[in-house]
Amino acid sequence: MRNNFDRQLRLLGSEMREMGVLCEDAIALAAKALSENSKELAARVPPIASALDRKERDVENICLKLLLRQQPVAGDLRQISAALKMITDMERIGDQAEDIAEIVSSMGPGPEPETELLSAMARSVIRMVTSSVDAYVSQDMELAGKVIAQDDGVDAYFEEVKKSLVEIIVREPDMGGYALDMLMIGKYFERIGDHATNIAEWVIYSVTGEHKSAELATD
Amino acid sequence: MCDNSEKTIIQSKKLNLYYGENHALKDIDIEIPVNRITALIGPSGCGKSTFLKTLNRMNDLVPGVKIDGQVLYRGEDIYGREVDVTSLRRQIGMVFQKANPFPMSIYDNIAYGPRTHGIRSRARLDEIVERSLRDAAIWEEVKDRLNKSALGLSGGQQQRICIARALAVEPQVLLMDESTSALDPISTSKIEELAMELKNRYTVIMVTHNMQQALRISDYTAFFLLGELVEFGDTQTMFSKPGDKRTEAYITGRFG
Repeated sequence: MRNNFDRQLRLLGSEMREMGVLCEDAIALAAKALSENSKELAARVPPIASALDRKERDVENICLKLLLRQQPVAGDLRQISAALKMITDMERIGDQAEDIAEIVSSMGPGPEPETELLSAMARSVIRMVTSSVDAYVSQDMELAGKVIAQDDGVDAYFEEVKKSLVEIIVREPDMGGYALDMLMIGKYFERIGDHATNIAEWVIYSVTGEHKSAELATD
Repeated sequence: MCDNSEKTIIQSKKLNLYYGENHALKDIDIEIPVNRITALIGPSGCGKSTFLKTLNRMNDLVPGVKIDGQVLYRGEDIYGREVDVTSLRRQIGMVFQKANPFPMSIYDNIAYGPRTHGIRSRARLDEIVERSLRDAAIWEEVKDRLNKSALGLSGGQQQRICIARALAVEPQVLLMDESTSALDPISTSKIEELAMELKNRYTVIMVTHNMQQALRISDYTAFFLLGELVEFGDTQTMFSKPGDKRTEAYITGRFG
């Protein structure tokens, strides 16, 4: 009876997954560019961010069309409105990967960057982003909960990054500029973790109708 | 369930209705709040129209019907022995799916009810006719042709004449049985606007197959399925996170 509607909802799911994959690519590439201090790799990030912008428009169009033509209610409405919120976070993730790449491409030929912590951070946030999008596609509350829990780990990494950068500055005052760059990069990774958390919170809304900020559900 | 601060005007308790062997309503317990619009939804044959009709005893005439349980209107059982059905229907009026104006003038259509209740004064009748037509948002369209036949009006106008006719006897409750299903979007929106204005003074209970209509105008929604009341609650909650899987399946078009 609602074959066409269900087909459109599946299309929405697969588009969201593709957007998730683009996010992962953007973060992974930015992280690799950082650890290898490679301007070539860094230059490949902005096109992915642009692809994410386009994907955001596409998904927006699908959602608006579904709202208009199907006038969805209940679970369908939640799934579509959650997607509309999530894509904003995904698009921002692309921007932040691009910001990281931009810092990498303007870094001078300094010392071998101390990026072990930042790489670990990148791995964590990639896992969070992947899981949050998977949780949406499979409407998996438990997985969304795990993503939210992982964010504390990412925040802890960022604290460690700050501490180690302070030590570097104390040890080698000439490294101030480098330390600031690394601080920015750490902050971007930390923000990506926050976006993945937002996505996971919308997954929970999509499944249960309850959002962390409860006033959203009632007003 | 509805907000505790709401006052109930009609309440059913363990209401069962049988058409012969067919158990059409099963243990319906519901409290309809006063001065609100309550929508009754559900697939065809679910009992929603039957339930609506029990509220002003329109099922009494159906052969082989058997009703047990209670329907309380302002605390009084409307199926009590001493109840005067005519006076009950004066207080609980009904507008049907298809506009059914009497084959007489617009004026006489509206004056019909008040006349049968003994009002003879021309001035008093004029006043009632104008007020009712104004309340039904059709006065401006018909004030210059009150003596013309109501049958010459468009479908949407005829339906508003029927609403005016129901309002002329000053009911407390207005039952609407898919009253806009045969109308175009403009007439529909006029009647929806009307229902929303009327609820300040009346209680409106409407059966509708149009989910968007229930969403647009009702305060509360009751979902019926196979003679049972599955879920009753405030409309926004019902349509954003229904409590029962069957409600979700119905409103999202997975069956029905």
